[in-house]
Amino acid sequence: MTTTAKPPPTERPTATPRAKARPGDRIFSRSAQVAGILILIILAGVAAFLVREALPTFSADPSEIDGGEGFFSYVWPLVFGTLAAAVIALIVATPLALGIALFISHYAPRRLAQGLGYIVDLLAAIPSVVFGLWGIQWLAPQVQPAWSWLADNLGFIPLFTGPASATGRTMMTAGLVLAVMILPIITAISREVFLQTPTLHEEAALALGATRWEMIRVAVIPFGRPGIISGIMLGLGRALGETMAVAMVLSTGGFTWSMVTSGNNTIAAEIALDFPESSGLKTNTLIAAGLVLFAITLAVNMFARWIVSRRSEFSGAN
Amino acid sequence: MSVATKPPATPAAPSSLAHNQLPRYTTQVVLVLSIAAGAGLSALFGGFSPVSFAVLSVLVFGVVNTTLAGIVEGRRKAVDKLVTTFVYTAFGIALVPLISVIWSVLDNGAERFSIDFLTTSMRNVTGLNDQQALEGAAPFIGGAYHAILGTFLITGLATIISVPIGLLTSIYLVEYGRGRLARSITFFVDVMTGIPSIVAGLFAAALFAVLFGVGTRNGFAGAVALSVLMIPVVVRSSEEMLRIVPNELREAAYALGVPKWRTIVRVVVPTAISGIASGVTLAIARVVGETAPLIVTAGFTSSINSDPFSDWMMSLPAYVYSQAMRPLSGSSPEPSFDRAWAAALTLILIVMLLNLVARLIARLFAPKTGR
Amino acid sequence: MSKRIDVGDLNVYYGSFLAVEGVSMAIEARSVTAFIGPSGCGKSTFIRTLNRMHEVIPGARVEGKVMLDGEDLYGANVDPVTVRRQVGMVFQRPNPFPTMSIRDNVLAGMKLNSNRLRKSEADDIVERSLKGANLWNEVKDRLDKPGSGLSGGQQQRLCIARAIAVQPEVLLMDEPCSALDPISTLAIEDLIGELKQNYTIVIVTHNMQQAARVSDRTAFFNIAGTGKPGKLIEMDDTTKIFTNPSVKATEDYVSGRFG
Repeated sequence: MTTTAKPPPTERPTATPRAKARPGDRIFSRSAQVAGILILIILAGVAAFLVREALPTFSADPSEIDGGEGFFSYVWPLVFGTLAAAVIALIVATPLALGIALFISHYAPRRLAQGLGYIVDLLAAIPSVVFGLWGIQWLAPQVQPAWSWLADNLGFIPLFTGPASATGRTMMTAGLVLAVMILPIITAISREVFLQTPTLHEEAALALGATRWEMIRVAVIPFGRPGIISGIMLGLGRALGETMAVAMVLSTGGFTWSMVTSGNNTIAAEIALDFPESSGLKTNTLIAAGLVLFAITLAVNMFARWIVSRRSEFSGAN
Repeated sequence: MSVATKPPATPAAPSSLAHNQLPRYTTQVVLVLSIAAGAGLSALFGGFSPVSFAVLSVLVFGVVNTTLAGIVEGRRKAVDKLVTTFVYTAFGIALVPLISVIWSVLDNGAERFSIDFLTTSMRNVTGLNDQQALEGAAPFIGGAYHAILGTFLITGLATIISVPIGLLTSIYLVEYGRGRLARSITFFVDVMTGIPSIVAGLFAAALFAVLFGVGTRNGFAGAVALSVLMIPVVVRSSEEMLRIVPNELREAAYALGVPKWRTIVRVVVPTAISGIASGVTLAIARVVGETAPLIVTAGFTSSINSDPFSDWMMSLPAYVYSQAMRPLSGSSPEPSFDRAWAAALTLILIVMLLNLVARLIARLFAPKTGR
Repeated sequence: MSKRIDVGDLNVYYGSFLAVEGVSMAIEARSVTAFIGPSGCGKSTFIRTLNRMHEVIPGARVEGKVMLDGEDLYGANVDPVTVRRQVGMVFQRPNPFPTMSIRDNVLAGMKLNSNRLRKSEADDIVERSLKGANLWNEVKDRLDKPGSGLSGGQQQRLCIARAIAVQPEVLLMDEPCSALDPISTLAIEDLIGELKQNYTIVIVTHNMQQAARVSDRTAFFNIAGTGKPGKLIEMDDTTKIFTNPSVKATEDYVSGRFG
């Protein structure tokens, strides 16, 4: 480095304003730009068409909406169901995912670690409809006794009010399937940040006589916290928007607090189940519900990105 | 850092380094004993079952190992061992769904998976055929050829739409992008990654309803929906690959008097092509299994339709869904379930094949070092 | 071939930051001119203005004149791409194109511009350029192997072959040996001695012995302090600079008292 002001290597060259533009350069850069702008147009189109198709819902007479009491009372049980399924999935998946990530990054023998990481990534490659099929035909019968037990012994808690569904096709089961589906997402992101922990920090902790867990607690976890949080958020975004697993596994119905009986539904599953046969105002209502879902996932994803960007500003690594 | 600054009080005996240590084989011994205890306890409480055996073994191991360490080696070591047990257990638990999913797909799917299944459609197959087949009076018929064809057509179209847009956008972001436009494209690509797949399907459905009339469903609408999901993935992965092309290569080309666009086309993209290609393949693998957007855009059919621009088109995921949720014969659904599993197996094979191809591409087309 | 360069009162800016101030010098044709000076004094920044390579860094701009045999490189309507075809450059770290074979690397200047070449013509260029870079004997049996498989010194000579294949007037070398071992460095230095028969060569180096060994004239750049612009302190025959410089700072630098 002999120059004082050489910019960081991430900087990319640009055409200078003074350079005479060659036709080839102009055509090529313009078409690249057009492709980028096209993406903005597509997204604007998504928003515009969805809003346009959703609007009739809000101007329609409340009694014509499904349920007969307007859009809001139609959509809130669905929002509840969406959140409930996602929360169950997060509660199950988060500790497991962190455990797996730590196992791969700090516990497993080095030669095994990469292969194990690949195996967990395999879970992410399995299509959701296969998880749905697995959930309804294999998992639901397996876990049904557990829900019965919960209903019998903890039935006084509203969440576990009996009688438990005999098929096992409940919110709890749907949440479990979702947990399996978001497990690889949270694992992959946490594993990455755990592996990035500066060796110096780890060795500093070990040199002070820390056990492996203490080293992880003082060096690895604090360093990886923003990554963990954003991984959880991305997993949450996926769980909120996931359609097929819930549509197939859950035996849908009206709102109920109980997670171990049939009933409840999520926005995504409601759309998948009803849209193909819908017409008229019902179509508009479903699209409006889709907008609500989009808004929720957007908020969650933005929050995740915000945490990540805050961290990168902090570390100065742009 | 209270944990590390205060060493445990150790007597100043010369052998203090080995003081308060359990022998190294302790863990193995406890493990073997716990497995035995788990088996015994499991048999004791309401009959032996693999689940209770595994749960009880882990519980016994965790308690014994931690307590032992707590008594002999102190609290810190006990916590360390407890966490270690948890971490190993978490990994073990994660293997359960993975193995069970793959095993059920292989086991159930193999039943009906055959050349016949891959080459016939569901046209004129009814619940009656299934009932007769179950009674042994007729062969099992009905396959997924129309769905496989639909999946290839729809995914292929989506790829044709997404790859040029995605690749050019990533080139714009890496090589040209400056200022507001580039920042907003980056931001909205992020937004696009978070679109739930069903919402992408609704968009395509709404778009085609406005353009071609309410209720329009065809393969092309499905491809548009999949493109909305695929474009951001292609942009992200290609952008990453283009960014790691060393700047020195661009400078070397400029110094030879090569215009910028030729530098990009002839030097930058070829250098990154293996990464880009494998990223695209992974993006295809991701959307090939998408179900929800296709249900609301391409619809269902039991016949072969090779024209993505008109009429409903079946896809593999939609086939799995319809066979599993709406069996042909309500009273004897098993043949339909078998078909669903066989189609799931086909789908997983396609996805795994694509993943394998992505890895191969990454390896084969990577810039060679020649040593 | 080979043209002289005259620089008149050149300022180089990165955005609003003045990196190099007021450089005027004459670079003779068919000679080796070395730029020496402490880190951050603007040598590399300055050499990149001689073929307008600084422009690939966003915000970099230049005031003043650079004349290539009387033609201003920064005149209106001058295409930097054409400038770079006449003024070639070799970089600090060897950077052969990893997707191309040794042969294609040498021909890169033509091929990337899609100039059609007959095979015999192409073979001639490859052989002539590789011989010119003293690399022919080492690679003639594996021209179709990737260029990145060569050793560091061979890669750098491949880059020189690539630069001279387009027959430039001037060859700029930005610390061409700083990433190489002493043996490879020696090979490159020998090569520079031969190349000056045909080309005007400008070399930036941190190694004063190297400047003394290879160059005819030497320019010493210095910087008053961080944040200040780099300046040309003195330029003279190499022997004079290293034995009897006229400026105190030059003497301090070449005798190792600072830098």
